[in-house]
Amino acid sequence: MFHPSHFAAVVLFALFASVVFGITQRDTPRRMTRYGIYCFVLFVGAAIVLSWLMFLIAR
Amino acid sequence: MANPQDKKNAAQGGFIYLPLIAGWLVPGAGHFLLRKWGRGALLSVSILAMFSIGIAMQGKLYAGAHDILDMLGLAGDLGNGLLYVVSRAAGWGADQITVTNGDYGTRFIVVAGLLNVIAAVDAHNLRTGRKS
Repeated sequence: MFHPSHFAAVVLFALFASVVFGITQRDTPRRMTRYGIYCFVLFVGAAIVLSWLMFLIAR
Repeated sequence: MANPQDKKNAAQGGFIYLPLIAGWLVPGAGHFLLRKWGRGALLSVSILAMFSIGIAMQGKLYAGAHDILDMLGLAGDLGNGLLYVVSRAAGWGADQITVTNGDYGTRFIVVAGLLNVIAAVDAHNLRTGRKS
């Protein structure tokens, strides 16, 4: 069985979803790559920001 | 701007929904049919990995629709096509969520199905010439 940490699960989720979003939502390889990276950063960045917000609210 | 290969795809005869159906049944197959090898391989690896990780994390495979959330989960799972059928037949996945990771795994499986539907629709758009 596979038991990743919460953050590792977020990174894996973001990686695979970003690859699919990049390929399906843009036309050229260059734009696909840029959009994929953009989605990945947004996924992971949003998770980190929201995690800190929840941590601060819970204190 | 569509390139000659895409115009050829759009102009060729045959069943126009074949890439859509093939892409739904087997992740990436729609793109392979259209000779988009690189895109198909990346889509296939991403969706298969996401589904496999979900199963490995003891995620739940929805078997029936008892309430609205189950119905939505089942719809997402069915997006995996043959992966869902094979996994159900083999008895993979958990019936009940018993560990925290299992909840994450369930989401991985559902999202893999939804991403597979997006990929299949993309293959259909390539086939019709709507996308290059």
